[in-house]
Amino acid sequence: MLGRTANGLYWMFRYIERAENGARLIDAGLRMSLTRSEATEDDWDGVLQSAGVRELYDEVHDTLTSSDAIDFLLRDRANSSSVMSCIEAGRHNARMVRTALTRETWEATNECWIEMKAMLAKKARPADLPEIIDTIKRCAGLIRGAFHGTMLRNEIFNFSRIGTFIERADNTARILDVKYYVLLPAVAAVGSSMDNVQWESILRSVSAHRAYGWVYDAELRPSNIADFLISNGRMPRSLAYCYEKIVSNLGYLAREYGETHAAHATAEQTLASLRSRSITNIMDQGLHEYLEEFISDNNRLGQEISDGYRFYH
Amino acid sequence: MVENKGTTPLAFDEMMNADSSPRQPYSTYNEWYASQDRNRLIAKSKEAENIFRKTGITFAVYGHADSSEKLIPFDLIPRIISGREWRKLAQGIEQRVIALNAFLDDIYHKQEIVRAGRIPRELIEKNDAFLPQMIGFRPPGGVYTHIVGTDIVRTGEDQFYVLEDNARTPSGVSYMLENRETMMQMFPELFHQNRVRPVENYPYLLRQSLASLAPPGCSGKPRVAVLTPGIYNSAFYEHAFLADMMGVELVEGSDLRVIDGKVKMRTTRGYEAIDVLYRRVDDDFLDPLTFRPDSALGIPGIMDVYRAGNITIANAPGTGISDDKAIYSYMPEIVEFYTGRKPLLENVPTWRCSEPQSLKYVLEHIEELVIKEVHGSGGYGMLVGPTATRKERTIFAEKLKARPGNYIAQPTLSLSTVPILVNKGIAPRHVDLRPYVLVSDKVQIIPGGLTRVALKAGSLVVNSSQGGGTKDTWVLED
Repeated sequence: MLGRTANGLYWMFRYIERAENGARLIDAGLRMSLTRSEATEDDWDGVLQSAGVRELYDEVHDTLTSSDAIDFLLRDRANSSSVMSCIEAGRHNARMVRTALTRETWEATNECWIEMKAMLAKKARPADLPEIIDTIKRCAGLIRGAFHGTMLRNEIFNFSRIGTFIERADNTARILDVKYYVLLPAVAAVGSSMDNVQWESILRSVSAHRAYGWVYDAELRPSNIADFLISNGRMPRSLAYCYEKIVSNLGYLAREYGETHAAHATAEQTLASLRSRSITNIMDQGLHEYLEEFISDNNRLGQEISDGYRFYH
Repeated sequence: MVENKGTTPLAFDEMMNADSSPRQPYSTYNEWYASQDRNRLIAKSKEAENIFRKTGITFAVYGHADSSEKLIPFDLIPRIISGREWRKLAQGIEQRVIALNAFLDDIYHKQEIVRAGRIPRELIEKNDAFLPQMIGFRPPGGVYTHIVGTDIVRTGEDQFYVLEDNARTPSGVSYMLENRETMMQMFPELFHQNRVRPVENYPYLLRQSLASLAPPGCSGKPRVAVLTPGIYNSAFYEHAFLADMMGVELVEGSDLRVIDGKVKMRTTRGYEAIDVLYRRVDDDFLDPLTFRPDSALGIPGIMDVYRAGNITIANAPGTGISDDKAIYSYMPEIVEFYTGRKPLLENVPTWRCSEPQSLKYVLEHIEELVIKEVHGSGGYGMLVGPTATRKERTIFAEKLKARPGNYIAQPTLSLSTVPILVNKGIAPRHVDLRPYVLVSDKVQIIPGGLTRVALKAGSLVVNSSQGGGTKDTWVLED
């Protein structure tokens, strides 16, 4: 396969994953502002931070309002991580690697773009937001479904999956880091009884607010939430789950190519650490430092994959 | 209800006889059509558009910055050709394609046709499409034009003319395939009622045909790739589609490099050799070391690899000379010279404006003629005399006088019509036909092709860039 095609697949799936995560973040933000009696613009400050675009926002806007923040996250082309920018970039990559995709996968991606372009042609009215967010999630689900249902399990599949999980691991780590950073002082001050809505928003932004109750108890404890998002191998957006998938997909590539690269060692090492360290241990050493290091290692892995498999564009 | 407004009243309609009875190839279809609810057909028409949009079957119109991807309108009434009509066309096309290859081989070797005085020397040697780099070189299998799209128009029951021999990189075959796919999806019953010859195996035949012409330097199974100028090219969809359907790589110039005398592509495992390149990049851009030095689309050094017998390029560089519009006017002589027989298919009578007598005639009859640029394509830079305004004709006449050698003129043919679906029912519109031909050790003509249709009443311009649409083209088994 061309190094350019592998690169295009990897980024196509990173962007689609990012678009979906963006929609979820907005959803969590909306939920928060709905359920709180005194909704503040600070909620959106946290959402912008989780999306990693807080500074970029300030370059474009003078003040922080919920309406501007939502528009910035949803459709601003100046924000390369906005949902619409991601869908466009994902579809652009898909078009470039069209020959590597099944017709079903390409059509689902193209239809997603057509639908979202029409839906987000103008600034969204608050009343339309739930439908918009549902549509993004549905579109992403259709792409995923077509991809899983029709693609050959070969190197094309592996590069796509690796893109998905590198992006997802990055997103989950960022959400946890930012939220914790914002929330932690309050935890220290007030003890363990925290604003449940804030905690729930973390779970909601990774679509795990229901699942949490099945795994832990009803009470939202910071350490349980961190454990769920970092170490729980059954939670599809946890760091451990993402790394299991990355390691197995890199493993298929190693078998097919008959060689390994630096990326293989890095991914296995990260997975081993995710499996072996307890959440108490992590929190004792400092969650923020841990996540910062994880994000940087995850980036390095992306670079090593790109080097090892001769990506270019 | 058949709306007749605006079409040439004398045009030959392929579906209906003058007495409103269906012509024979359309008799089964017409029965079906008569039983259809018009609103359902209009709904189906919208459905077809959605299929095309979601599949991403788009093309780019140059000069429209805001609309980088457009759909070619699809009309759901098929263009039906009987088996008898087709056999006649196919024989004529085969003869012509054989002559084209013989002509190319001759002008890049002994130039016997020039020595025999049948074609003026300067027409070849001063032609931009003539590549001196090809002199004395014979491509693998002696095949120059691997893929040809012969444009044919019809003016009556038995009158067919070849309008153009597209021997460089004919496009549009993806529409032939997608139109059929869409029709089968929407109206499966029609394919039970009519015995329509299949076109679906085109990608398979194409791959087979390309692979069979691997270069002498290829050992083992030939590796085929499609070379595209890239995602912003107007036909990118088609390039991707064909690569996908053939199961071969789609590459750009920047993916390829000449290493150790081979053309290799950058893969996830390192550089790997390509044996046959189906290129959809023009000659000029193919090799910056040989042709245009500013080309970023080509592969530096590919011509050396080619001449050393280590890659096959399809179509061969330099084939453009055979579909040049000035050469076109000599096609009857060319066919006769190489096949020893009269052409089975007629040429449209053509005035070469480079000849003073012809120029005089063309200027005097400009309102009756279609005037084309010798190297033009896609309906750009042409004048349709009868429908042009007086001002357009005056401006064009000046261009013509300034560079007469750049133009040819042809009579305005009364192209045949096939009905299209309109809001009030059906209405006749002018059509042309582009069958696709594959050349290897044999000539294979795909039974069908691309029917382009002018959507504006009375218009004779069928090009998609000028508002034309397409139809599924059926060749019946009979």
